[in-house]
Amino acid sequence: MPTIVVEVMPKPELLDPAGKATAGAIAKQGSSTFSAVRIGKRFELTVDGEVTDAVLAEAQRLAEEFLSNQVIEDVVAVKVA
Amino acid sequence: MAVRIGVVTFPGSLDDRDAQRAVRLAGGEAVALWHGDHELQGVDAIVLPGGFSYGDYLRCGAIAAHSPIMSEVISAANAGMPVLGICNGFQILVESQLLPGGLIRNDHGDFICRDQRLRVENASTAWTSQFEAGDEIVIPLKNGEGGYIATDETLDRLEGEGLVAFRYLDVNPNGSLRDIAGLTNERGNVVGLMPHPEHATEPGFGPDTPDAMRSGVDGLRFFQSAIESVLARV
Repeated sequence: MPTIVVEVMPKPELLDPAGKATAGAIAKQGSSTFSAVRIGKRFELTVDGEVTDAVLAEAQRLAEEFLSNQVIEDVVAVKVA
Repeated sequence: MAVRIGVVTFPGSLDDRDAQRAVRLAGGEAVALWHGDHELQGVDAIVLPGGFSYGDYLRCGAIAAHSPIMSEVISAANAGMPVLGICNGFQILVESQLLPGGLIRNDHGDFICRDQRLRVENASTAWTSQFEAGDEIVIPLKNGEGGYIATDETLDRLEGEGLVAFRYLDVNPNGSLRDIAGLTNERGNVVGLMPHPEHATEPGFGPDTPDAMRSGVDGLRFFQSAIESVLARV
């Protein structure tokens, strides 16, 4: 069955404490290759049937209204896997 | 007749019994409400208690905000019923868009538990009328995701309209913008805050005060305020 992937990230201007702590831990392991980490979420929505425009539109609406909180997060992708 | 204050229990609520006890100590009748019902049982006011509803899955308060009883809570709030959200309850109010902004992980990354000094900024809400504006109170705070954020535009509006109900004093324990600890809506019936008034309602179990250990009962006036506000409307 097809899958729609929704990706949500904390807004770039907001502090991401989990990402910051992870970046700190990477630095402690001796790596200086990566200067920052931001952590987001990936949702995999299994579709019962064909992915039509209407299904994609519903996924987009769900992503914006429920899977993300637009005050603190952005939906960065809604796509068929 | 005692004022009836409902306390909603969600899966993962922790402080629902404490909130019920606080209601009784303030002289009200506590009514247990269940997240899966569509029934407010004729209560006069509602408390959304602290805890980790639905395991904080998705976002803190997000799934609870869509639970069955919340459609009735939102309608009642919009009709003027006093609604108080404490900690996870505050997160639920924000996710329900009854209050603006959002709550994110504490800026220092750790869970924090301390007796917290606050300033009452707005003493004309349904839950703060027994205070004077500028009063300083101490009630417990315990959260991992209590950092209040909103856009600058929203923050300026909140400040301009006097909708910041409580502000952190001494230390900002979680990185909340402009030291915001709690908010009210324009009408003053919906109030949300991260610290826990229900844990400072009974001598022997509250924060320490200069007078005696664990004697702090500053939280009691939240519930007394709601009772007064309901009685004033009758």
